[in-house]
Amino acid sequence: MSEHAAVGKLKQSFSEDVLDIVEFRGETTIVVKKERIVAISTFLRDELGYNFLCDLCGVDYLGTVPRFMVVYNLYNIALKDRLRIKVPVEENDAKIDTVSVVWGTANWHERECWDMLGISFNNHPDLRRILMADDWEGHPLRKDYPLQGPDREPYQGRLQ
Amino acid sequence: MGVEETLGNNVITTSLDKIVNWSRSRSLWPMTFGLACCAIEMMATGAARFDLDRFGVLFRASPRQADVIIIAGTVTKKMMPVIKTVYEQMPEPKYVIAMGACACSGGIFDTYSTVQGIDEYLPVDVYVPGCPPRPEGLLYGLGKLQEKIMAERNSFGAAIGIGERISEA
Repeated sequence: MSEHAAVGKLKQSFSEDVLDIVEFRGETTIVVKKERIVAISTFLRDELGYNFLCDLCGVDYLGTVPRFMVVYNLYNIALKDRLRIKVPVEENDAKIDTVSVVWGTANWHERECWDMLGISFNNHPDLRRILMADDWEGHPLRKDYPLQGPDREPYQGRLQ
Repeated sequence: MGVEETLGNNVITTSLDKIVNWSRSRSLWPMTFGLACCAIEMMATGAARFDLDRFGVLFRASPRQADVIIIAGTVTKKMMPVIKTVYEQMPEPKYVIAMGACACSGGIFDTYSTVQGIDEYLPVDVYVPGCPPRPEGLLYGLGKLQEKIMAERNSFGAAIGIGERISEA
């Protein structure tokens, strides 16, 4: 399979920031460093035409280092082309720059990511909880968050 | 409270109670309030095929005019303050029907975000099981609530300010 067109251009401009490239069933995923995410996002939008951020989400890979990944699913509306960007985020420094300045829709997506996984976004205009109640404590989509909530005994199975 | 003062149990007061109970149970106005898929079934119960109107059950769009709130669906912890506010705005006498597995017990949502049964917060009169209950189930539940209201004592006395309604069988 031929290499995705964006990969070469991204490598050319950000050679030091591209960590990994994964091709799977025609889907291209580029893993980049988190320090340059805003510059890379701006480049992808302005130079390569990825003008639509379909989704932004966080993933908790509990037990691995770095623990979190922030995933950006991009779409080029003119060329009908998709690209996925992934950014590793460490647990003890769960912060990443906001891309809401690049794609406005990232605002609420980043709020959800913060609410569910506790990944904080620097310079975000309005980083509040979006799904859970305002006074909620903890981030429920983290893998070490108890499913039944912190104030309940975990389910032991009905045969006990 | 001390000793409950009522109008007593003579033939006049019980007949008056019966009239009050009859009028209440035959004009049960539920709050128009749905939370999840049970609400679809609740709407089906109100629509032409099952037709709640023939029991005097008319959905009201304001809690001020409602007698019963049908908790139709999954109750999340985030929604709970809203439900509580709606319930508190309903005038007495007011009743609660927990419709479906989620409202009764949390159902399949045994998770951090879901209230494990609305009876943790509101006094439930009738539980309707099912996921979701068929309209016949909800109709049966409303019938049970009507029976329960018909069995109330001192409802006339309570209406004119003497004593309280006694609702246990």
